[in-house]
Amino acid sequence: MTDTALTNGAVPVPVTTRKDWSSDQEVRWCPGCGDYSILAAVQMALPDFGVRRENTVFVSGIGCAARFPYYMNTYGMHSIHGRAPAIATGLAASRPDLDVWVITGDGDSLSIGGNHLIHALRRNINITILLFNNQIYGLTKGQYSPTSEVAKVTKSTPFGSLEQPFNPLSLALGAEATFVARTHDMDRKHMIETFRRAHEHRGASFVEIYQNCNVFNDGAFEGITGKDNRAEMLIPLEHGQPVRFGAEGEHGVVLRSDGTVHIVDVAEVGEEHLLVHDARRENPGLAFQLSRLSRGPFEPTPIGVFRDVERPEYGQQMADQMAMAESRRGGPGDLASLLRSGSTWTVGAG
Amino acid sequence: MSDTTTDEHAPHTLDRVVIRFAGDSGDGMQLTGDRFTTSSALLGNDIATFPDFPAEIRAPAGTLAGVSAFQVHISDHDILTPGDAPNVLVAMNPAALRANTGILSPGAIVIVNVDAFDERSLAKAGYEANPLTDGSLSAYTVYEVPMTSITTEVSKDAGVKPRDAERSKNFFALGLISWLYTRPIEPTLAWIDERFGGKPLVREANVRAFKAGYHFGETAELFESSYEVRPAKLEPGEYANITGNIATAWGLIAASVRSGLPLFLGTYPITPASDILHELSKHKHFGVRTFQAEDEIAGIGAALGASFGGLLGVTTTSGPGVDLKSETMGLAISLELPLVIVDVQRGGPSTGLPTKTEQADLLHAMYGRHGEAPLPIVAAKTPAHCFDAAIEAVRLAVTYRTPVMLLTDGYLANGTEPWLIPDVDTLPAIEPAFATGPNAEGPDGTPRFEPYRRDERTLARPWAPPGVAGLEHRVGGLEKADGTGSVSYDGVNHERMVHLRAAKIAGIARDIPPVEVDDEGGDAEVLVVGWGSTYGAIAAAVRRVRARGLKVAHVHLVHLNPFPANLGEVLARYRTVLVPEINMGQLSRLLRAEFLVPAESVSKVQGVPFRAAELEAIVLDRLGVTVAAAPSDGKVSD
Repeated sequence: MTDTALTNGAVPVPVTTRKDWSSDQEVRWCPGCGDYSILAAVQMALPDFGVRRENTVFVSGIGCAARFPYYMNTYGMHSIHGRAPAIATGLAASRPDLDVWVITGDGDSLSIGGNHLIHALRRNINITILLFNNQIYGLTKGQYSPTSEVAKVTKSTPFGSLEQPFNPLSLALGAEATFVARTHDMDRKHMIETFRRAHEHRGASFVEIYQNCNVFNDGAFEGITGKDNRAEMLIPLEHGQPVRFGAEGEHGVVLRSDGTVHIVDVAEVGEEHLLVHDARRENPGLAFQLSRLSRGPFEPTPIGVFRDVERPEYGQQMADQMAMAESRRGGPGDLASLLRSGSTWTVGAG
Repeated sequence: MSDTTTDEHAPHTLDRVVIRFAGDSGDGMQLTGDRFTTSSALLGNDIATFPDFPAEIRAPAGTLAGVSAFQVHISDHDILTPGDAPNVLVAMNPAALRANTGILSPGAIVIVNVDAFDERSLAKAGYEANPLTDGSLSAYTVYEVPMTSITTEVSKDAGVKPRDAERSKNFFALGLISWLYTRPIEPTLAWIDERFGGKPLVREANVRAFKAGYHFGETAELFESSYEVRPAKLEPGEYANITGNIATAWGLIAASVRSGLPLFLGTYPITPASDILHELSKHKHFGVRTFQAEDEIAGIGAALGASFGGLLGVTTTSGPGVDLKSETMGLAISLELPLVIVDVQRGGPSTGLPTKTEQADLLHAMYGRHGEAPLPIVAAKTPAHCFDAAIEAVRLAVTYRTPVMLLTDGYLANGTEPWLIPDVDTLPAIEPAFATGPNAEGPDGTPRFEPYRRDERTLARPWAPPGVAGLEHRVGGLEKADGTGSVSYDGVNHERMVHLRAAKIAGIARDIPPVEVDDEGGDAEVLVVGWGSTYGAIAAAVRRVRARGLKVAHVHLVHLNPFPANLGEVLARYRTVLVPEINMGQLSRLLRAEFLVPAESVSKVQGVPFRAAELEAIVLDRLGVTVAAAPSDGKVSD
């Protein structure tokens, strides 16, 4: 396969449009689903990434979001519930020449597949994970999910959910992720920019996308992502820039001496005291604080790239180790020698 | 050393001997047995081994639960099993003696480390009286050897602490048995040098203990004579002594080399399969990628991901792991991608008997998935045969774009036998035959790629790993339309796909050899049908029966799904079909269901292999012969 990749590499990447990246399959999400806008953003973004369709693979698990690969005119696999990060791990570790995307949801990757998600992040597999978080089980028709808020009333929790939800970004940061970001389905430009940054990152990239399920959890993020609410409720994180928001930039975020972050009025504290965002900070502590600035989509919530640090990527390390083994042994393995590598003895004829 | 052997002490010649080394889990009995086996193999004996150890790494010292044993059968002719009843027991403590006296052959030699027979150790082993003095061992020839004290004594002036020196007593035992059975000492000394070269004190203590044991045999005048077992007449060629797990690992590498597909092992450590991971992880220079996943599910998931990427995806496990992998096996069946699942079976259900052998996963391999989800099953019959079985599993997986289960078991995994090293060029060639371009036309006549358009002969679909422009396609666990592979919920299409998947697997019967029937004269009335690791015991039992002038036939299945094409016709030829299995009769059920023959299950589920004598007795019974105490000529080869 490497030869193919190399041959292709010598030829300029063809110019493509959104249409080239769209498969012939009819898209079957509910009308009005946030998944449509995410699909459009990805299909519009990829032509600008300088990548080839034949070297691009979308792997998904199970859930509404997991239908995504069928709609991409690339290689793809719609696998089984929760296992996409594991399958993508084997693929990405074997084929460093490929761009491997994992499409998942809050149930798929935080409930049944939680284990695979954290280990893929920890190993820094070269994959880009897009987690469509709609805080509900959609495909199974409306049960609470691991990101549903406490007391949520759903089909399976008629008296309200008893469970503390996961904060997906805190979880990813705790799992040693090297790239962690958040975006939402109402802002195509922000999505495309976030996907671009995630795709450029070598290693595991984790992007949480607030996604509206208009059938079972409609308006879950409206309070912060609605056009009229964004200025006051979304806190854009930009590397090297003071963290501030509001229609006039009148609010900001400060870091206190006890290590916690807080929302303040800029006028009160002074611009020079605002936290300057540093996504490249090796210590994930500050990113973790930012991930917990908001308790849910009813408070001002940071979006953008929380963390983007470099660490060796797994597949490359695996390839390096194989090359090292080969050079130590003075060349590739010889089967006949392997079979004689233990104690052997010869039985003569007669 | 040989010059001290005068005529009066010339060794007695034996045609075979079964020796069992037993001690505490921490006593190094596996290593001792393994070294004795290697020396015997290098001497040209035929060998068969049976490591038998507890699941606990260090069970409480001196208890029955902590006894670890290694049984080795050496002979001057070809043998099939590690032997029913040991002729020699080396017992490092009372528990080792107590755990093993019941299985010894009458008149067996029992060599005990008498230093370990203090009151406390006797009590720990559950002895109320000292068996060395109460006459309970009168059926055996008992030698009391102060192994611990001699071992510590000889290392006294070497700067080794007595506590550390004492740990070399297994080398004393090895030295003593090496003298008793006239094994060469050089290979063991060279091995100690290599293994402990970095730890001079340990090396010195082991060498001194080993030599002390050897000299003790020579000079103590305890033993009337030493023995020799001459080389066996094996087929000419170069041999290695190999365990089933190593043979499996090497078979997978060989299949990778022969197919040109880089090997990707996605796995999770589990007894008794982990040694396959350990071995494969050493061979990265063969392009082998080994991935120790977060769990069994991720292990097979990553392997399937690698297969999708055009590599040879393999996962290795044992029973509990197969449970967890079942869902991904179903996906692989739906995706129709090559994948090999190695199940080193152990006692179940649940955690069961992790270090003991069983064959109870056959029906799980056949049916352990939801939906109509057939896959080929290949089973290895001896440790060395794991090599060929692994290659065959890969051949079927790649040719038919299907997951294949390779069944071995704990007995094969750890047992050893001499292996005639094959000429690499004679190994089967495996052709990946990746898709290279469009294979169909769209409605408007334009060429296109249809991922589920099948090969007419094999019914296999094209394998098109990412990287080739024009072959972009999506696969998934949802039912697919025949040909195009698009998602399809159409019931009639589903039925067609169910039948196509089944027909693809069933059609493999045309691509595997017919069963060979071992039936001298072709007129036996009783047929013994086995699969997997029962091969040795069944073949040995058949020899014993024939040595009495009686007739019995033997068929041993390597392919369990599909069965060889002629199996039904073969079964119908016999009045009685006996099916010995280390389970409750799983193959016998399959045979009865498939061929409507009165296959009779012979079941044993004690975590140990059949003994040849057990099977011999059952065959004789079905032949209407009253069982005698011993084989007719007293010298039958097991």
